[in-house]
Amino acid sequence: MRLVVALASGVMFALGLIVSEMVNPAKVLAFLDFSGRWDPTLVLVFLGGLAVAVPGMQWVLRQGRPVLAEKFSLPESSEIDWQLVAGAALFGAGWGLAGFCPGPAVTALGSGVPMVFVFVLAMIAGMAAYKILNRWRQGPIDG
Amino acid sequence: MTIEGFTPLTGFLGGMLIGAAVVLLFWLNGRIAGISGIVAGTIGTQDHDTRWRWLFLTGLVATALLWPLIAGNAVPVVLEAGMVEIVAAGLLVGFGSRLGCGCTSGHGIAGLARFSVRSAVAVATFFAVAVLVATSTGYLASTGAAG
Repeated sequence: MRLVVALASGVMFALGLIVSEMVNPAKVLAFLDFSGRWDPTLVLVFLGGLAVAVPGMQWVLRQGRPVLAEKFSLPESSEIDWQLVAGAALFGAGWGLAGFCPGPAVTALGSGVPMVFVFVLAMIAGMAAYKILNRWRQGPIDG
Repeated sequence: MTIEGFTPLTGFLGGMLIGAAVVLLFWLNGRIAGISGIVAGTIGTQDHDTRWRWLFLTGLVATALLWPLIAGNAVPVVLEAGMVEIVAAGLLVGFGSRLGCGCTSGHGIAGLARFSVRSAVAVATFFAVAVLVATSTGYLASTGAAG
């Protein structure tokens, strides 16, 4: 049942990206690029998302546990460390370069545009690089 | 700065769908729909719990694939950047999202909705940098300074 939910959530997420046109990097860059012609649509997308997610997530958290699993899978850290800021900065730089972030990029694979595959492969490479670097930093003791 | 191409209604509606998808996954499965985390969780891991991630990602791709059949028009994807920029962007987004533990969906929607201060800091940071990078490259391109 959880697998059906995951699929349904993915479908709904993609529909949102397509309807809002956030799946189109040009539309995203039209917001992020403040020079020249400006398209504030992305702000409305976030507002729409938060309009549902804020009351929704707060209500779910009050339930204490998810319906189909024993507990919530939540991030453990609550610290604001250098990794958070540096990671967000690097992420932001990449996002500002091509106008793509993970959700729209993966969804756009379904559009068949070849350069999307290049982006996604590079994104996976970047993720793998982090994983390898992180494991190397931790050393064989924790390995 | 002139306003052009503003589509507030479909933007807001689409955003609501995204928000609903995030709430649905959390309410029923207890999982955060942070796409960078979902993708990363499928890469080279022995964790047996990757099936739900693959199903979610399949939902993303399949919807775009089938969209022309449902809506009668193609999914608009205009990627004008050159190969080098796209590879660099992909590497930065991939590495950065892992180092920073999240992206626009994980921090931007789910994190902010949980009132996470960590996510608020991440969102402020990546938005500021994204605008800086996009605006400078956009400005350089318009003056003909960049290739």
